[in-house]
Amino acid sequence: MKAAIVVFPGINRERDMAIALELATGHRPRMIWHKETVLEGIDLVVLPGGFSSGDYLRCGAMAAHSPIMPAIHEHARRGGHVLGVCNGFQILTEAGLLPGALLRNAGLRFLSMDCHLRVERADTDFAGHYQNGQVFRAPMAHGDGNYFASAETLNRLEGEGLVGFRYVTPTGAITDAANRNGSQRNIAGIYSPNLRVLGLMPHPEDLVDPLMGGTDGKPLFDGLAAALAA
Amino acid sequence: MKAVVTVMLKEGVLDPQGKAIGHALGVLGFTGVGEVRVGKRIELDLAENDPEAARKSAEDMGSSLLANLVIESFKVEIV
Repeated sequence: MKAAIVVFPGINRERDMAIALELATGHRPRMIWHKETVLEGIDLVVLPGGFSSGDYLRCGAMAAHSPIMPAIHEHARRGGHVLGVCNGFQILTEAGLLPGALLRNAGLRFLSMDCHLRVERADTDFAGHYQNGQVFRAPMAHGDGNYFASAETLNRLEGEGLVGFRYVTPTGAITDAANRNGSQRNIAGIYSPNLRVLGLMPHPEDLVDPLMGGTDGKPLFDGLAAALAA
Repeated sequence: MKAVVTVMLKEGVLDPQGKAIGHALGVLGFTGVGEVRVGKRIELDLAENDPEAARKSAEDMGSSLLANLVIESFKVEIV
């Protein structure tokens, strides 16, 4: 799997992402500056977390219009894989690659803590090394992670099986208390209709080594590496 | 010309800032305050001299960047 991480000004999780990808693939991913315009020979494009352009106007609003974005749209249109984590998820929604939007957390507080995610479907290239319904721990660090979409869009996402991950209790129950940012229907991550684009609010890349306090996030990267091995 | 673009969250979209401000107003003793909504005001200095062309231009900016139409609506005033 050849992976590339797009670096926008204000991004700060690109090196964490690189560590997770290198652990899974054995190769260092390419770092692509957002002013580049070409993506060639890349299987997976990752939009990492951080605060692109200082979160000015709306989180991800400027990054969604970066020079690299037409190449990412083209990559997705060709069926290429795209992973957006945290600010990357916000950028994907601002760019129209995923539906909905990430609003200010319902409690207004920046949330920096672990949460638990439930794998809603394991038959994807991203979640293949998890089990259906498996619960895993993931750190989150965001002020705007409150997933919002119209009822019609939410129903379509659910109907088409495009909800990838939900905030749950450690035992897998969907509760309001587990849904700290107030996301609609506890949604933490969604897929594009072809299941090749994933937006996810928490950070699996920050739990991929025992030194980080756990390896709960590692199956996501191992699964991708296995699915995209070529 | 100057255009003022006002961006507001759409009806039905949770506005936690508005709720917090409404709560604080109540704490300060202001009564009779119903729903509070918070938005953004963006002022644009435009080279355009024709008001209609300026409005059209500001509306294009509103829908392509200044507002996210999934969650926000906006209006343009030429001043």
